[in-house]
Amino acid sequence: MPELKRAAEPFVFFSRLNLPELTGLKAATIPQLLGLIKEAPGAAIYHHTHSFLQQHDAFVSEPLNDFAYWVSSAVGDARLGEKLAAIDTVQFSSIHEIRAAIVSVIEGHLKESPLAQFRFSGEGEEFHFIKSVSFIYSLGRQAYTLKEFLDILKQVSVDCIYFHFIEAKLRLDHNDNDFSSWIRLSLGDEATAGLISRLDPYTQSLDGLKNSIVSIVEKRIGCLCRS
Amino acid sequence: MSKLKDYIPVVGQAAVDDLNILAERLRGKKIQHVNSTAVGGGVAEILNRMVPLLKEVGVDTRWDVIKGGEQFFEVTKKFHNALHGRPEEVTAADFEIFRETGRKNAQEMDTGADIVFVHDPQPIMLVEKKSGNKWLWRCHIDVSNPSRRVWDFLMDFIPRYDSAVFSAPSFSMRLPIRQFLISPSIDPLSDKNRELPDETVKQVMDKYGIPRDKPVITQISRFDRLKDPVGVIEAFRLARKHADCRLVLAGGTASDDPEGMSVLSEVREKAQGDPDIHILLMKQNDLEINALQRGSTVIMQKSLKEGFGLTVTEALWKGKPVVASGVGGIPLQIKHRYSGLLCHSIDGAAFALKQLLGNPAYAAGLGENGRRHVRNNFLLTTHLRNYLLLFVSLYTSGDMIRI
Repeated sequence: MPELKRAAEPFVFFSRLNLPELTGLKAATIPQLLGLIKEAPGAAIYHHTHSFLQQHDAFVSEPLNDFAYWVSSAVGDARLGEKLAAIDTVQFSSIHEIRAAIVSVIEGHLKESPLAQFRFSGEGEEFHFIKSVSFIYSLGRQAYTLKEFLDILKQVSVDCIYFHFIEAKLRLDHNDNDFSSWIRLSLGDEATAGLISRLDPYTQSLDGLKNSIVSIVEKRIGCLCRS
Repeated sequence: MSKLKDYIPVVGQAAVDDLNILAERLRGKKIQHVNSTAVGGGVAEILNRMVPLLKEVGVDTRWDVIKGGEQFFEVTKKFHNALHGRPEEVTAADFEIFRETGRKNAQEMDTGADIVFVHDPQPIMLVEKKSGNKWLWRCHIDVSNPSRRVWDFLMDFIPRYDSAVFSAPSFSMRLPIRQFLISPSIDPLSDKNRELPDETVKQVMDKYGIPRDKPVITQISRFDRLKDPVGVIEAFRLARKHADCRLVLAGGTASDDPEGMSVLSEVREKAQGDPDIHILLMKQNDLEINALQRGSTVIMQKSLKEGFGLTVTEALWKGKPVVASGVGGIPLQIKHRYSGLLCHSIDGAAFALKQLLGNPAYAAGLGENGRRHVRNNFLLTTHLRNYLLLFVSLYTSGDMIRI
């Protein structure tokens, strides 16, 4: 095998685990939900728009945020549920922006459909605001070449994929994931970085996403070895 | 007892690596669990499996049990019912018995560990000995609608803890301390949940006289009105008009529980003369429960009120499509039409059964999603991971923690 390019700075693998903390805030109507979305801590907005990804590793055809799910299933407002589910979380690079988008959708809906404010959830089906307390830690593994990167990638958990691919955007306030950034900047491999950047994490499971990245990197290494 | 390595084929090497990394952050800390019984009941069952695993990852852990006489446990039984919102007369003398036993245990028990993890109300008074160490209170019961009198009594102690832990968001109360959400778990390697050969499943189904000539719908529950076994029969009969099937109602009841026996009689009367309804009064036998679940086509849990609902977790883990009421901790486990079907009435349950019996591929998809959901969230290893995170949280602040 020809020698693969060795980066000056290694890719260091981290992972992120969340512990849900109860806030004691709960809503039974859409206006209550709106009010609490405005005042809840950012970690709660994060939890209700992102925990679904880490909790469900199958392909998800249900709404990707808890607000959409609750509005549809507990309050019975399928129209608002659909609008909330359609919010393209991937386009935002901060929780602040995601919160604003959700608020805007609910306020618009309440203006359009004033009767929606009178809908309420059944007893015991209230929306409970939960926030994620996040623990970030190094896995103690690092890669200097694409091959080393691939070997480690195959072994890490989906929580690691989540941290470097999805959470990176919110953490760094930029529009790319950690894998692509390192491959582009440290290995100078724009094509591979670009292929990984184009993967949509919100329309496949984390396992599926991991397999897609593995597949892209494997193909790239195959090409480099043949050339 | 299973070792951590035994879980790797189930949850993956990475999940076990995470446990070791987190445990490393707790090196040198002593953890002490305290509850009220060493055997029997869900808390003891979990601690019996959890404590050896904590030790195996290198966390110095011990488990102590408080002492109490008959009177004390009669009072705590009353507390338990009252906290669940059932009418219960708790007298001033009862509170005094509780305080007296609490004081005695506090005198006798060494609570000098770095983290003292107290389970349920019985040992709650131990926190009066708190002196510079960290204290956690784990509430395993649903206190969403408690007797105000008993809850106010407990509130003399709860705020002295550093954090509280509940099993479902709806079980919690507003408190002046941090509250975390940690679900209970099932052990995938236990007799109740481990993989079984088809032959074993067949033997158990044969033993109980359940032919598998048509789809089998099963509810595993003790015979208790809150599990609505009569409602299950009605839902089954509605569904059977459209899809031929059998119903199994299997569970136990304590011989000294007069209500349990009368519920069983009602159920038998309701099912009388129906060869497709099998009512099984069983002694505790985890392996047979496992086989009955695996031999079923659909699992039901049509409870009117439920704790976390670990029977649902068990069924989902076996990849079974589940129809269950959206009560207690069940909505945490079942996202409607994603990992099972939720119902709120007999008609709703019947409709859900018809959907599953008429669409085996849809049912299989729900079962598969349910199994994945349990693997990610409700297995013993995730429970252990969350406890480790909880312990670490006691020494950190903020919502984003680098460890």
